[in-house]
Amino acid sequence: MIVFDGVTKEYPDGTVAVDHLSLEAPSGKITVLVGPSGCGKTTSLRMINRMIHPTSGTITLDGKDTGRMKESELRRGMGYVIQHAGLFPHRTVLDNVGTVPRLLGMDRRETERRSLELLERVGLPTAFAKRYPAQLSGGQQQRVGVARALAADPPVMLMDEPFSAVDPVVREQLQDEFLRLQGDLGKTIVFVTHDIDEAIKLGDQVAVLQVGGHLAQLADPAYLLAHPVNDFVADFVGRDRGYRALSFQPTPHLPLAAESTVSLGERVSDRDDGWVLVVDGDNHPLGWVQAERVRGEVTTEMLHRGGTVARASGPLRGALDAALSSPSRRGVIVDDSGALVGTVKAHEVLTAIEETARPELVDADHPGASSS
Amino acid sequence: MIQNIVRWLTDPEHWSGSEGIPARLGEHLWYSGLALAIAAVLAIPAGLAIGHTGRGRFLVVNLAGAARAIPSLGLLYLMVLWLFPKLSGDVAFLVPSLIVLVVLAIPPIMAGAYAGVEGVDPAARDAAKGMGMTGSQVLGRVEVPNALPLIFSGFRSAALQVIGTTTIAAVAGTGGLGRFLIDGQKIREFPQMVAGALLVAVLALLVDLLLAVAQRYAVSPGLTGRSRGRSNTPKVVEIGALRRTVDPQAS
Repeated sequence: MIVFDGVTKEYPDGTVAVDHLSLEAPSGKITVLVGPSGCGKTTSLRMINRMIHPTSGTITLDGKDTGRMKESELRRGMGYVIQHAGLFPHRTVLDNVGTVPRLLGMDRRETERRSLELLERVGLPTAFAKRYPAQLSGGQQQRVGVARALAADPPVMLMDEPFSAVDPVVREQLQDEFLRLQGDLGKTIVFVTHDIDEAIKLGDQVAVLQVGGHLAQLADPAYLLAHPVNDFVADFVGRDRGYRALSFQPTPHLPLAAESTVSLGERVSDRDDGWVLVVDGDNHPLGWVQAERVRGEVTTEMLHRGGTVARASGPLRGALDAALSSPSRRGVIVDDSGALVGTVKAHEVLTAIEETARPELVDADHPGASSS
Repeated sequence: MIQNIVRWLTDPEHWSGSEGIPARLGEHLWYSGLALAIAAVLAIPAGLAIGHTGRGRFLVVNLAGAARAIPSLGLLYLMVLWLFPKLSGDVAFLVPSLIVLVVLAIPPIMAGAYAGVEGVDPAARDAAKGMGMTGSQVLGRVEVPNALPLIFSGFRSAALQVIGTTTIAAVAGTGGLGRFLIDGQKIREFPQMVAGALLVAVLALLVDLLLAVAQRYAVSPGLTGRSRGRSNTPKVVEIGALRRTVDPQAS
């Protein structure tokens, strides 16, 4: 656990970058620091590994004052990932990943074995091992950066906008894989971003910082979206926060309707309103067809693929989107194996939404929602 | 005329003895090499330290500028006048020339080392520090390997200059290929003078070629773009611009 206790950073010219920051980053969880530029989020992060020294206050790591630890040793125990990866251009990918193990005195062969394993873990082919950073794309470099930070298996990871310099598609991939990786590894992570969507997607708890280094609100993402503590936080979390909050609402018991289906190669009977769901042999939905337009057997080319599919155990956002995007207006719901369980209409999802409890407003002294 | 030069160069008499081409070539290399070694020992650590700490930048900038204005021959006479009475034997001839050569070689070497370290990607430096490298580990494992192309560039520039200038050291009574020019002028033997100048030029080119080969082996393929795939275009441009600042002769 990392604990900030009244941490202030003031520069000689009087600029206050961080103002009496107190917060806890619990072990095994992702704590996201988010805010506009100038809010002191990066400064706060860099004070954890003492790349920047606090003017006052203390930061403790598992109860030990980081200010009393040897800086190089403190840093070797924390993975560090930065915006442009910061790979060493003169070293191969493999040697980059092995940097910290080598610093810690691990022998060369063991380091290489571990580095190769980590490359696979972050989704890079081991053929990349002998390449140099200049031969990789931005997203690939960032993966190497993450592998390098994980190489010595540190309990703590500090990540400073690691995914913000790559294009949106790659960013989403990296985020998903990062969450999967964290599911396996359970590191104590402090993650800095200016992107509230990224914060909400990745954070177990989100700290919203305000210009001047004030902590505006610290809460889990669902709570943050439901109860912004002030106008600044409300503005910062954005306009479509009501819809986004649905991401955190697990689907309750939706009234699912049975759906008549047809398999590829079969003929459509004209019993329905026109839209019929096509499934494959395993009852996995493939798409919709309009009955009156089908002459003869159903083929792949006839499929309307516009509708999304939601998992029954997934969040309400998926169910609503499935209903809204379906050409038949009936949202397709599947089980965890991807097999059809039924369909649901938008108004039914909305009724379900109305019946769900919003995160309850709690007192300011509640640990999940402290504010200053 | 050309025939005379060829005749002079191919005359076996000029290829033997203590005043023959091999002996003069050896002297020339010895003076140049010694001057470059002394300059490198002084200037590389200084340049690296300035680049690493960021302190003393003005020193490099002013030194590199001032060096262009030094008249080598004038400085040589000054050194001879000042030092000759204080020294004796061969050293009396050697030391003044050596000082001039070292003074000439220091600015490009120092500027190369400084610009090399200064030009290291700040993100790489930040990552090195953030992963727990000590200051000297950052310098030795990240900054110096990345600065090597510019360190070589500065050193090669200095080597060319020193080999050229060692020629005029003959004025102060030392050996080296410059003897052919000075002695040839005295007896008005032009083929000897031209042959001497040619030999200096060829030597300079050969040494530069040798250093280029050494550079190829010393510098990581990750920095040179020799490795396949994407090359780091901005860095190449940057090195080009810095090369101009470290190479006083190129301006």
